[in-house]
Amino acid sequence: MSAPTKIRASLTGESVEVRLLMQHEMENGRRKDAAGNLIPAWFITEFKVRHLGQVVLEGQFGTSVSKNPYLVFRFRGGSKGDMLSVTWMDNRGDSRVDEAVIS
Amino acid sequence: MKCGETVDTGRRQALKTTGSVGVLGLLSLLGLLPVSALAALDRTAFEAKTLEEALDALGALIIKESPLLTLTAPDVAENGALVPVTIESSLINIEEIAILVDKNPTMLVSHLALPKGTEGFLTTRIRMAQTSRVIALLKADGKFYRAVKEVKVSLGGC
Repeated sequence: MSAPTKIRASLTGESVEVRLLMQHEMENGRRKDAAGNLIPAWFITEFKVRHLGQVVLEGQFGTSVSKNPYLVFRFRGGSKGDMLSVTWMDNRGDSRVDEAVIS
Repeated sequence: MKCGETVDTGRRQALKTTGSVGVLGLLSLLGLLPVSALAALDRTAFEAKTLEEALDALGALIIKESPLLTLTAPDVAENGALVPVTIESSLINIEEIAILVDKNPTMLVSHLALPKGTEGFLTTRIRMAQTSRVIALLKADGKFYRAVKEVKVSLGGC
């Protein structure tokens, strides 16, 4: 099963800086295992970050994103104590939602 | 790590797992699935075989350079599996950011939508199969801009 997304969000001045580490293998489907068989592609296809239910960043990933996708971005309008949620879905149909509070 | 041919298992798998659009639509209505505002589940740009195709699929027909858009990446990346990239822009009304690597089998790395209130700043880590140009594509106020940087890769990471 998937591991939780590590989320760190802190208010600096007027904007909230969000750091995310989604824990996922991100297999690109071109690697081979020890026996020489192709390892099937397995990667996050899309994600969404919400602040109090409102989307602040969303996107699609391909197989050129590194293992354990890492993102840093900033948005305005957040306050200390507000809840952020991060949702992702992969090409196998797995998904998960994790939450964190702005510090 | 060895790179073979491009195998489109991802797409096939996705088609298999997602099943009918009806079920998917219902799930998203129930809030069980993240649904993208980037033309829901349209992944055409990720399957592009050339840079032109990828840019076309992103709707970027006319692209300008802008001093208000910067792309920061290392001159030399020791490990192509983990290349840090930062995109910064002070353009107004930024709507989308896309990152492309023109010599990767999948050129489009990621495609993001930035709602109002989200700043023109993004750091991420990408994979590079070999020495290549990294392209940051940004859509602001309906217009496309790009910043390009050549990154030398010592050990390809695919």
